[in-house]
Amino acid sequence: MIAEALFFSAVLFIIGVVGVLIRRNAIIIFMCVELMLTAVNLSFIALARLHGSATGQVFVLFVMTVAAAEAAVGLAIVISIFRHHKSVDLRNINLLKG
Amino acid sequence: MLQELAAVDTHPLAETAARFVGLLPLLPLAGFLVNGALSLASSYKRGPADPSAAGAHDGTAAEQVAAHGSDHDAVARHPYAAITSVVGTLMPALSFALAIAIFLAMVSAGDFSTPYVRSYFDWMVTGDLQIRWAFQLDQLSMVMVLVITGVGTLIHIFSIGYMRDDPGYPRFFAYLNLFVAFMLVLVLGASYPVMFVGWEGVGLCSYLLIGYWYNVKSNADAGLKAFIVNRIGDVGFLMAMFMIFANLHTLDITAVNAAAPSLGFNSALVTTICLFLFMGCVGKSAQLPLYVWLPDAMAGPTPVSALIHAATMVTAGVYLIARSSALFVMSPAACITVAVVGTLTALFAATIGLKQWDIKKVLAYSTISQLGYMFMGVGVGAYAAGMFHLITHAFFKALLFLGSGSVIFAMHRAYHHTGNHDDAQDMRNMGGLRKYMPWTFALMWIATLAIAGVPPFSGFFSKDGILGAVFERAQHGTLAEATWLGMPGSAVLYALYGLGLLTALLTAIYMTRLMLYTFHGPNRTGEAERAQLREAPWSMTGPLVVLGVLSAVGGWLDLPATLPLGPVGLLDKWLEPVVGAATATAAGVVGEGVTSTEYVLIAVAVAIAVLGIVIALVRLRPAALLPKRDALPEHGIEKLLENKYYIDELYDDAIVTPLVSGSRNILWKGIDRGIIDSFFVNGSAALSRGVGWVGSQFQSGETGAYAWAIAIGALAVLGAFTFR
Repeated sequence: MIAEALFFSAVLFIIGVVGVLIRRNAIIIFMCVELMLTAVNLSFIALARLHGSATGQVFVLFVMTVAAAEAAVGLAIVISIFRHHKSVDLRNINLLKG
Repeated sequence: MLQELAAVDTHPLAETAARFVGLLPLLPLAGFLVNGALSLASSYKRGPADPSAAGAHDGTAAEQVAAHGSDHDAVARHPYAAITSVVGTLMPALSFALAIAIFLAMVSAGDFSTPYVRSYFDWMVTGDLQIRWAFQLDQLSMVMVLVITGVGTLIHIFSIGYMRDDPGYPRFFAYLNLFVAFMLVLVLGASYPVMFVGWEGVGLCSYLLIGYWYNVKSNADAGLKAFIVNRIGDVGFLMAMFMIFANLHTLDITAVNAAAPSLGFNSALVTTICLFLFMGCVGKSAQLPLYVWLPDAMAGPTPVSALIHAATMVTAGVYLIARSSALFVMSPAACITVAVVGTLTALFAATIGLKQWDIKKVLAYSTISQLGYMFMGVGVGAYAAGMFHLITHAFFKALLFLGSGSVIFAMHRAYHHTGNHDDAQDMRNMGGLRKYMPWTFALMWIATLAIAGVPPFSGFFSKDGILGAVFERAQHGTLAEATWLGMPGSAVLYALYGLGLLTALLTAIYMTRLMLYTFHGPNRTGEAERAQLREAPWSMTGPLVVLGVLSAVGGWLDLPATLPLGPVGLLDKWLEPVVGAATATAAGVVGEGVTSTEYVLIAVAVAIAVLGIVIALVRLRPAALLPKRDALPEHGIEKLLENKYYIDELYDDAIVTPLVSGSRNILWKGIDRGIIDSFFVNGSAALSRGVGWVGSQFQSGETGAYAWAIAIGALAVLGAFTFR
């Protein structure tokens, strides 16, 4: 049971990572980040259940809260970038260049 | 330490005036401080508000203007001249008085063989190296102290008159006082490092005083030359000190002399140490090949030439060898080297002296030549004879220099009155001065007869003492039995004796020439100048008279057994506790009594001196001499001598020019600019710029790239944890 849950979580996480690495659209990257968070949440829940401890479940609540806040801020940034560049393709945006 | 203190307390000099030995250098040092303060204070007061400073920022410019124009511009006497005259001469005089008191205490203390050492404080104490600031009084240092303070005081008094209109008057006396202080440290130092402080100190004062009129570039250059050439010799002195310490673990002179035999007779080690010490002497005492600074040192005021470059500082090398006599007798090779270098220098300088026109230059080469005699004496282990010549030379050469100073003073004043710009030091411009300066004339003849070696003047006895010692050492003793560069020592010493006689002949010739051209014949100054020529004031002639008396009777200090005109061998007996053992070692078996050979030697020496004077009187025609501006160029060997064998030019071409161009082309352009600047300085800048550029390439600003980097990094960390 736990093995399947963790395997599924790992698959979800890898999909998220690959998505972040290979996609260029800010929204999709954003969704992939959410996917990774979800994968982590899943393994938290599975391990909490395995150990019979509530700590993992509390962490999941925290992660979801932070993810919600992050989504709010992140989407706001994406919107402002879109207004400025008329695009959310990250290949065109390198303002962090040293 | 306690034992030493006890030893000091029981010393026969412990409760006498000798316990104030520390005051000897402190008195002139106090004079230096006062005069130096006056010099600074006066230049401060004549600040920018003074119109004579002509917009310059302080008094030195005013001094320069005044000094430069001192020949013909009206110069005001220095505001503090009176205080300076009193303080500047009183301090050396007090020092001399104290020296006399100590000397009397020493005489009444009778014979004592250990020097009186007075320690003041620990100076350098690290591990084995224990150097105390200590002064040492013995018969040898006492003689030097008396000469330095005595002759020094006379020259200070002379300077009052000679320098009275100089704008830097207190500065001059400050330097002169400082010199006396350092010279006393040199001769009193109980260990080589303390001595070295004095050694360097007198070098500094020499530099300061040669370049005293520093606004003329050639004077400043002459000072630098003296300083730099002396440094070459000082390296030798330092090396000798290092080697002595490395092998004997002490630098106290008494201890070194006591331990010297442990270095081994004629070992390579002791020869090297002695030759390094001698290298220091060669620099300081202007011997071949480092003599070139002394003629240039005549750029300083004449009292300086008399005190530093004739009577005291340049004889420090002779003193050093006498001081280290126990080391030198261990090495016949080094001794013969000293004697050979001394003799060759004596001869070489005497030939140059034959054809110089500047009165001070003649005396400068004469000084080098006489120093050569002294080294001949101490080289063959006749330390008392060398010191004797040092003393008499201090008398007659100081007299000659001060006499020439008096002449230059008179010539200068005459030229000053008439606005003439001719060379006041060139003998071709003088002539016939005996009518105008009878005192100087008579006294300088005394000194001339003394230096030429005419009995009964002092130089005869001392020079004869040296030549006699060389002849005697050639017959028997360690030096005669040694070999030097494959030659038997005996033959070398006979050759040196012959060259010494030849030098004596030349000495008589060039000194008579100087007197003839300066004081005899027609006067070659102009009509207007002639009216202004007169004897210097008594403050200047007075010291000359004292020195004249000393030059005349100085020979009685150490009469040879062959001429018992009074107590025989006073100086020999006096120095016996210090150098007696070393002299005996060098002399070997001494024949008893007075032999007829010695009378022959004396007769030869006198004949040579008289012959030299006669040759000069017969051959030289002062009446036919033309003033400097009309003089015809010389030819052949005379031209060679007048140009001093082109040694200065040779040194310039062989050493100075390669050094300068090497420094410029290799060290500066090649190494400094080529390697250090372009490789290290600019290279390190380029390196950090390159590293920064590489680092900046990672900052692409593309979040995708960053994400990849994070992912790969995370994988790497995970991998490292997994597969470690």
